[in-house]
Amino acid sequence: MANALGLEVKKVTEYTAEEVENTRNWINSEEYKEKNFARQALVINPAHACQPLGAQLAAHGFEGTLPFVHGSQGCASYYRSTLNRHFREPAPAVSDAMTEDGAVFGGQNNLHEGLENAIALYKPKMVAVFTSCMPEVIGDDLTAFIKNAKQKGMAPKELPIPYANTPSFNGSHIHGYDSMLVSILQTLTEDKKLEGRCTGKLNLIPGCDFNTGNYREYKRILKEFGVPCTMLADISDTFDSPCDGSYHTYAGGTKLEDAADSINGKVTMTLGPYATPKTFGWIKDNYSGKHVSLPLPMGIEKTDAFIMKVAELFGKEVPASLKNERGRAVDAMTDSHQYMHGKKFAVYGDPDYLIGYVSFLLEMGAVPYHILCSKGTKKIEKELQGLLDASPYGAGCKIYMNKDLWHLRSLVMTEPVDAIIGDTHGKFAARDAGIPLFRFGFPIMDRVNKHRYPLVGYQGVINMVTEICNKFIDIKDETCEDRYFEMMR
Amino acid sequence: MSNKIKKLEGITKESTEAMINDVLAVYPEKARKKRAPHLGANDQGSGNACVKSNKKTVPGVMSARGCAYAGAKGVVWGPIRDMVHVSHGPVGCGWYSWGTRRNLVTGINGVTQFAMQFTSDFQEKDIVYGGDKKLRTLLEEARELFPLAKGISVLSECPVGLIGDDINSVAKTASKDMGIPIIPCNCEGFRGVSQSLGHHISNDTIRDYIIETREFAEPETPYDIALIGDYNIGGDVWSAKPLLEEIGLNVKAVWTGDGELEKIAATHKVKLNLIHCYRSMNYMCKVMEEKFGIPWHEFNFFGPTKIRESLRSIGALFDETIQANVEKVIAKYDPIMQGIVEQYKPRLDGKKVMLLVGGLRPRHTIGAYEDLGMECVGSGYEFAHTDDYDRTAPEMPDATVVYDDPSEYEFEKFADALRPDLIGSGIKEKYVFQKMGIPFRQMHSWDYSGPYHGYNGFEIFARDVDMAVNSPTWKLVKSPF
Repeated sequence: MANALGLEVKKVTEYTAEEVENTRNWINSEEYKEKNFARQALVINPAHACQPLGAQLAAHGFEGTLPFVHGSQGCASYYRSTLNRHFREPAPAVSDAMTEDGAVFGGQNNLHEGLENAIALYKPKMVAVFTSCMPEVIGDDLTAFIKNAKQKGMAPKELPIPYANTPSFNGSHIHGYDSMLVSILQTLTEDKKLEGRCTGKLNLIPGCDFNTGNYREYKRILKEFGVPCTMLADISDTFDSPCDGSYHTYAGGTKLEDAADSINGKVTMTLGPYATPKTFGWIKDNYSGKHVSLPLPMGIEKTDAFIMKVAELFGKEVPASLKNERGRAVDAMTDSHQYMHGKKFAVYGDPDYLIGYVSFLLEMGAVPYHILCSKGTKKIEKELQGLLDASPYGAGCKIYMNKDLWHLRSLVMTEPVDAIIGDTHGKFAARDAGIPLFRFGFPIMDRVNKHRYPLVGYQGVINMVTEICNKFIDIKDETCEDRYFEMMR
Repeated sequence: MSNKIKKLEGITKESTEAMINDVLAVYPEKARKKRAPHLGANDQGSGNACVKSNKKTVPGVMSARGCAYAGAKGVVWGPIRDMVHVSHGPVGCGWYSWGTRRNLVTGINGVTQFAMQFTSDFQEKDIVYGGDKKLRTLLEEARELFPLAKGISVLSECPVGLIGDDINSVAKTASKDMGIPIIPCNCEGFRGVSQSLGHHISNDTIRDYIIETREFAEPETPYDIALIGDYNIGGDVWSAKPLLEEIGLNVKAVWTGDGELEKIAATHKVKLNLIHCYRSMNYMCKVMEEKFGIPWHEFNFFGPTKIRESLRSIGALFDETIQANVEKVIAKYDPIMQGIVEQYKPRLDGKKVMLLVGGLRPRHTIGAYEDLGMECVGSGYEFAHTDDYDRTAPEMPDATVVYDDPSEYEFEKFADALRPDLIGSGIKEKYVFQKMGIPFRQMHSWDYSGPYHGYNGFEIFARDVDMAVNSPTWKLVKSPF
């Protein structure tokens, strides 16, 4: 039944050079931009992934924890390979490989068999279960399935098996991160709250952050303070593990007993308010001590807020070493402001990162001209607008909510900027516009070691300034006329 | 294919079976019973599969497999450059498979080639109320924004099939209204056991919707062929196609690397189909044979020995002109290949390699390693069928281990026992083995290098294998303190 569409049989055709040239120019035009922004249904080059990817990231942040995808096996392969490509590290996770019969009978058998096998092979201390589309559409009841698994002896009764519903047709990877994290904490802290006990520690929630350098930076800063910390969750050793001739399925993560005891913490602080609203909301109702929500400490002002808050909450002076560090970061900024001042940027990414980029750019006198959020809310839009309104460099900048990278392409082609900040997926728009892309987001699949360089804290400021300014100087050296090519810049 | 039985020192049927039993010991009984038939010792002389294959993945074991959608998007459809490929359903599947398979394309992005991520980005309401209306709207939007796209494929993700949307009917109506082919492909990820069914479903949609809808503008010649099952990973087609042209053949269509829809649609007019990846496209070769009487022929463009054999076997299907061309081409490249072998063989001789790839390369690349003096001590597939394992048996040394859809646990244990000097597999496996200090090359994506096909490809392959095996960085893995 070839030609089932009943189309007329024609000769193979080729477009003329003129047709191609016209279309090539048209897609860069104002007229095209209007049509492009009028899209109602088609999404092109979205800057966000689906929930389970974030759930897997959260699971990797705990000691001995095996991420377990309840759903089709292809889903697990996609999440794993995305994390492999970004970190250039292993990302062990299993799935219970649901197929057609799962759609008919539900996924309980798969889950039970999967748990039994995964536990025998990979000996986890915790199994973190999360869902992909199929069980979400057919409505699997994970509470019952897991309870039954333990009753039937498919999993030891004492083994923590938190689970999260992470439908891919809702939210993005940051929401999956939140759902998995809160489920893990709920499971581990059950019955662990002790009247009168205080760990004296800071529970730090870094949010859905794919930069291992950031986690290490938080730990270093808190060490300078002498403030003990439990990171919820800590992926830094999982996704930045040594090459020493041995492979460990579980290379890092927060100790389960520390996570369990975190409910008795002195302070619980989230630095990813947009990535962890559910977790933080639950913590506010259930955790001892103080609860603080701060923006990702990117740029001087946001880092100052973080540092001062830690000092205040723990009754400590800011250590001289950190004061000096701040001074060095500001020194880096003043020394190089001329390379960024007035430069226009298009920025996109997850909400917490976006607030950070915008805040930092404004501090440098740079202009975050197009701000695009692939999955956002009125609240983030308002916060971004607040940042723009508070700075003269925010004038004329525009925020585009729930738009994709094909929209972004139209923006940078019709209203040019000097650079883009985002993740690897922005490289096509950047190339078409002939401008650099600064890869600060996730995923970064085409450069090495970026995840090892922190973007938070004062050190993060130095890293961002260095990368951005040197690139602009490189461009000048590579493109200027010979007579303007000179020794100093 | 050589008839000689290859034996490797230290590897016997008994040693391989003992290793397999050790690995199986850790499984719960039910899983052990399921896995045991998928692991075996090669019987080279038999020419028969020594393992079962194409069965459901055992839950919970960490398989490397993908899904039917991955097979449809990443292999068959995605590489066709002049179509808009819509990942129909939630945002993830299309996002993960966006640009991650390295099927390179010519043309201008967004103008004449569409290597981008198009999705209907299903939300809760689409699951509840269905996505057919949204699909119709987005097809119109794609048509308007990408006027030079020759067609649109609609690749279903899991929820589409589960909620009972009728993409076939939407595609049919829209196709008539818009005057371009809009191809519905029911390749939901839950179908079948691996990527393999996605290939089959996609082949069937080409059969049902594309083939015979075009004819080549130029007059036919006796040398018209199609290059089937080359996906232009790292530019493979750009190495293989010129080589076929150099022996005097007209490559009228490529399936589907850097592919063009209309040329694929006219493939029923060629005289011969030359197929590289048998696993993913044997279906359409068989259809074209039955329906249009077009013969098909398997060949192997990895490494000079196999290229030489393949060129001669292809030449044998044509007249003396082509055969003379083949000899000329072989005579031209043989000394160049000899130079490459002389450069790298002393550095690689006797080194052991283990492979785990998709459906072709675990057998097809063995010859290229052997050209460099290396030995294959274990091989297996993610999604092969019995006919692939039959074809594997003569290529592998006798008694070496064969594994079908191995779990990461099995693969790691085999590597631990065999201590290969190189492992060729995928991104999910790469860093596991590099942590163990075992050199590794990604053999799905050519590790961001390539091409590996053809004579040009062998030079790059040899360089890459050498740099992986002999990188001085491996000597630093063990710290002195």
